[in-house]
Amino acid sequence: MIPRIYIPADSGALALGAEKVAKAIEKELKERGVEAKIVRNGSRGAYFLEPMIEVATAEGRVAYGPVKPSEVKSLFDSGFLKGGHHKRWLGAPDKIPFLAKQTRLTFARCGVIDPLSLDSYKSHGGLKGLENAVAMAPADIVKQVTESGLRGRGGAGFPTGIKWKTVLDTTSERKYIVCNADEGDSATFADRMIMEGDPFVLIEGMAIAGIATGATKGFVYIRSEYPHAVATMNKAVAIARKAGVLGVNVLGSPNAFDMEIRVGAGAYVCGEETSLLNSLEGKRGVVRAKPPLPAIQGLFGKPTVINNVISLASVPIIMDKGAAYYKDFGMGRSRGTIPIQIAGNVKHGGLFETAFGLTLGEIVDEIGGGTASGRPVKAVQVGGPLGAYFPRALFDTPFDYEAFSAKDGLIGHAGITVFDDSADMMKQARFAMEFCAIESCGKCTPCRIGSTRGMEVLDKVAAGIEAEKNLALVTDLCNTMKFGSLCALGGFTPYPVMSSITHFPEDFKPAPTRVAAE
Amino acid sequence: MPMQPASTEIASRIAAIIEELKDLEGPLLPILHGIQEEFGHVPQAALPVIADGLNLSRAEVHGVVTFYHDFRAQPAGRHVLKLCQAEACQSMGSDVVAAKVKQLLGIDFHETTRDGSVTLEPVYCLGLCACSPSAMLDGEVIGRLDDEKIEEIVAEVRS
Repeated sequence: MIPRIYIPADSGALALGAEKVAKAIEKELKERGVEAKIVRNGSRGAYFLEPMIEVATAEGRVAYGPVKPSEVKSLFDSGFLKGGHHKRWLGAPDKIPFLAKQTRLTFARCGVIDPLSLDSYKSHGGLKGLENAVAMAPADIVKQVTESGLRGRGGAGFPTGIKWKTVLDTTSERKYIVCNADEGDSATFADRMIMEGDPFVLIEGMAIAGIATGATKGFVYIRSEYPHAVATMNKAVAIARKAGVLGVNVLGSPNAFDMEIRVGAGAYVCGEETSLLNSLEGKRGVVRAKPPLPAIQGLFGKPTVINNVISLASVPIIMDKGAAYYKDFGMGRSRGTIPIQIAGNVKHGGLFETAFGLTLGEIVDEIGGGTASGRPVKAVQVGGPLGAYFPRALFDTPFDYEAFSAKDGLIGHAGITVFDDSADMMKQARFAMEFCAIESCGKCTPCRIGSTRGMEVLDKVAAGIEAEKNLALVTDLCNTMKFGSLCALGGFTPYPVMSSITHFPEDFKPAPTRVAAE
Repeated sequence: MPMQPASTEIASRIAAIIEELKDLEGPLLPILHGIQEEFGHVPQAALPVIADGLNLSRAEVHGVVTFYHDFRAQPAGRHVLKLCQAEACQSMGSDVVAAKVKQLLGIDFHETTRDGSVTLEPVYCLGLCACSPSAMLDGEVIGRLDDEKIEEIVAEVRS
């Protein structure tokens, strides 16, 4: 048997040198006259171990990582093609604690298979959900997704099945499935990972959504900052089309569904569903007022399902194993699994898919292993740039939509950024306003103007100018932005700002030296 | 070289891109990406041609082009270096990285070095948040930036 070597081509692994490792391995194989097949897989998501390479042995896969290009020679010397011992030896990848503790439903294949091999996808359980769906009535598919309890993983947490039902029930000669892959929130990379590591699961999910709602055309809107994901998705769509997974007869059924990959142009606000639709139509990415709901009048005025990548990529397993199987994971009204992305100043950063319900403290301290810098954790921002900063005192909050909103926070797209005690929360609050000012689409005054005024007022607080009065002004401004903005950009920018002020008041006091100098 | 043939040539290259993509549903962004790929920016001369091809007003096309951060009115330097300045990278000292790169290149964000070798830009998230601080050099991703990597990047863009 020719040995098989897996080297991730995931962006995160590439950013850490996977390409150089691949080149070094190719060179070494040639020089030694050894034959081996190199598979460029996705990442399993343990970024602290990337570039993590794996070899398939008779006893299963053996992982090594993080591998430096300079270590490749010694890997060959220690017989890594047969799983030989080396200082980078990690053993069976699914026994690595960070990976062993996870419940991988949506990400079951990510980092395991060759992302662009449909055979590999099928042999790991792929297409079973779609096979079941083509044999079902649309209303039954929608019912199954509704019963699974799946809620929008993009951040809003709206029940996916209910959205689908609205589109199914709306009569129109043309309907669309739009996948929101404009993953702009800092600390999130789940969408990117699945598109690069298991693109067919997203295609399958979209085809199921199409059959369930009567939509025949799909678009994936991917941000331009993700060139690798764009390339992989384009290739995967072409392969799926050739294999009859997409086309006029999906898997030989009478259902037609095809899709296109579209690329964004660097506007964060296009992650908001209605501005994304405008952008797809070729307009400025300005937010639309709702109603009308996109499910009734969406893309080009037609009924449109617009779902996040992870929501759609979670559908195949629901259609394969059933609603009850999926619903069995999780807590309260948060059912199934959620890919938590642990990022920032953290020792064990990466993607951790698990059932809802872990506490923030377990995620940060136990799974994440604390900070990378080794200093104490000061704050954790949950849910991207529009999410609240949580102090240690709230680390008992369970990862659940309702529990987070009860603490004036949000799960969002489940990204977590860890900050050590060197973080200045006034600076973070100011950045939230600055980011809103840079990215505001300009439609709502509280967002467009308020964000700039917010920066100015926080600068005054920093300079010690009537700190108390100006903090009261920021609070009032946040209230206006929260209730006076159409979308989450202006509406949620107050979360990071107010949580910083509420939980870290000491950072908003004028510096003593500054006061003394005056 | 006389001006006329050059601008005619630009117009015909633009027209070819429009012709190829205009039957897509919502063709404007793909066309703008196509033009930027061809020319390195979206030339002012392209706007009336697009407007004409898609039956839009020039104002509408101008509005779209200027809305998106990606579309350039002028060509960038030979290299484009994007430094992530979003929260995950902030937690790992992206401000220090940015200050160092700015100092080494002698330019600020949104500027191009005088020799035209590199344009420096901030970017808000590259999705490399577990390998912060991160950057993108001409489409190539780089994670866990440290002094050594910064110096390598600067040497590369200057060579």
